[in-house]
Amino acid sequence: MAMLSFERKYRVRGGTLIGGDLFDFWVGPFYVGFFGVTTIFFTFVGVAMILWGAALGPTWNLWQISIAPPDLKYGLRLAPLREGGIWQVVTVCAIGAFGSWMLREIEISRKLGMGLHVPFAFGMAIFGYVTLVVIRPVLMGAWGHGFPYGIFSHLDWVSNVGYQYLHFHYNPAHMLAITFFFTTALALSMHGGLVLSATNPPKGEVVKTPDHEDTFFRDLIGYSVGTLGIHRLGLFLALAAVFFSAVCIVISGPFWTRGWPEWWNWWLALPVWS
Amino acid sequence: MITTRLTIAAVAAVVLLSACERPPMKAEQNGYRGTGMVQITNPRIAAAQKAALPAVPELPPPGPNDGPKAKDTYQNVQVLGDLSVAEFTRHMVAITQWVAPTQGCAYCHAGANFADDSLYTKVVARRMIQMTRHLNTDWNKHVGQTGVTCYTCHRGQPVPTYMTFDPVTPKNNRVGVGLGDDAGQNKAVPSIASASLPYDPFSHYLSGDEPIRVGGPAALPTPEHRTSIKQAEFTYALMMHMSKSLGVNCTFCHNTHSFQAWDGPVQRVTAWYGIRMARDLNNAYMDPLQKTFPPHRLGPTGDVANVNCSTCHQGVNKPLGGLQMAKDWPGLWPGGPATSAQNADTLDQLQRTVTRLSQAEPGAAAR
Repeated sequence: MAMLSFERKYRVRGGTLIGGDLFDFWVGPFYVGFFGVTTIFFTFVGVAMILWGAALGPTWNLWQISIAPPDLKYGLRLAPLREGGIWQVVTVCAIGAFGSWMLREIEISRKLGMGLHVPFAFGMAIFGYVTLVVIRPVLMGAWGHGFPYGIFSHLDWVSNVGYQYLHFHYNPAHMLAITFFFTTALALSMHGGLVLSATNPPKGEVVKTPDHEDTFFRDLIGYSVGTLGIHRLGLFLALAAVFFSAVCIVISGPFWTRGWPEWWNWWLALPVWS
Repeated sequence: MITTRLTIAAVAAVVLLSACERPPMKAEQNGYRGTGMVQITNPRIAAAQKAALPAVPELPPPGPNDGPKAKDTYQNVQVLGDLSVAEFTRHMVAITQWVAPTQGCAYCHAGANFADDSLYTKVVARRMIQMTRHLNTDWNKHVGQTGVTCYTCHRGQPVPTYMTFDPVTPKNNRVGVGLGDDAGQNKAVPSIASASLPYDPFSHYLSGDEPIRVGGPAALPTPEHRTSIKQAEFTYALMMHMSKSLGVNCTFCHNTHSFQAWDGPVQRVTAWYGIRMARDLNNAYMDPLQKTFPPHRLGPTGDVANVNCSTCHQGVNKPLGGLQMAKDWPGLWPGGPATSAQNADTLDQLQRTVTRLSQAEPGAAAR
């Protein structure tokens, strides 16, 4: 396989977090590393457990296969495998695989001598998942508060858990998370539109420079965040979206049990008008 | 400058956090594992609610119902006449304790002549006794074997705390100059759990009988099914009211996988009868008292206070925690729970009844 120009820099020894030279090699284009091996291990065990759980279940319909967490009565203990234990093993494997992948990203970043933005961003996604299946269940006192692993079943879980608080759109952190998700999409679409416009000039014209891009947005909205700035802004918006998603679910239950509309009564009770 | 900003941030954080609760919470699973069918309550709030309840008045136990009957002994006894004089007196004492403990007998009885009907309160009380008997006899599908007494709603108050009046018409509620009316919403009233949804679902569903089920048979509107989002919001408001009244969340009655499917918790069947029961009480017992009540007991549009779910439930799914008071008051529950048990369907039968109803109802699925 041909090597890209920057791969010479990528394929350097060292920068590993543990194990020194152990697994510090490539298979074809892919870096292995100690955490690549643990990723493979957790993925294999986890997927095998899901397949076993599906075999025990009533259907092989991909949409309907579901690996459900234990009943609430098991609290924070281990449940029998067929009664949610599989979910617990899968959860351990998933966190192991996601975490390993993030650590492998750190090793690659160290080899390249670049910042840790990519593993940090992926870590935020892992944080969202861990909030759902570990932090919130622990705060609520039972693994049964985790969500089931299934395409339709996890959507039903989301629906019912939302309706546990009567009207989830009143959840203040949910509001922030949605706003950040939409803003991420808006920023990405405007950035993509700008780059495509600048790099695809009409026949006979030259490709435009960032100066053109800045001028366009300065004309349009009086400000241009700049070529570097848009990527920093995009990262912030995306991370904030995930962060507030995690906040919105961890406060639902552990820190609020009533309808979310009622939470806003502090606003109605402000001394300014009450 | 930085100190000021930090102070503002700290104050804002404290305000927001103080609006929240803290773990541990109590969780009760009422569906298959991993479906999110869970009731979550704050045990500290529940304990405070329970502690705030006034003590139920202690009253003498029922005696033998023999000897001369009240209707043969006293004049103008139109209800409770079949009770013995002793039982009749026991009921009168109880009603006073339940409804007018500070006002006493004189709240309903004018002067020394107890047969006199000149006070409106006595006329209303008589009608309410008939209503209570009707509830316990004919609405077992909702009140079950627990039944109700005057105390279920009154709790020592002449007027029950939770009742609904028709609001002044939305047309009169101007949002602002040139901004039109408030379209009956955005009031954050407690009766619909402080949402911005329509604040008067009651006149539509608990005295009127507009269709509540808005779910369509298909993903998109069809010519046969054109329910608007506005209609859905009225239904949502009623559901918020029921949740708030019973201190439960939506999953107590629904698996939200499908709101219209009847395969969820059986509590939805009890609630279905409850809605019809409230309608019956408002139409047959409350509204006809319009001429009887003095103006100061009527609402801003001159209507009689209507019952809603909160009137009895007052924040718990079983009023008074399911306390079985009614069985001791044969005047309020002729025959008592034993005979009614023969008439009452099991929950399983109720489920089938409603399934049949929802199928038989023309266009039921389209609602």
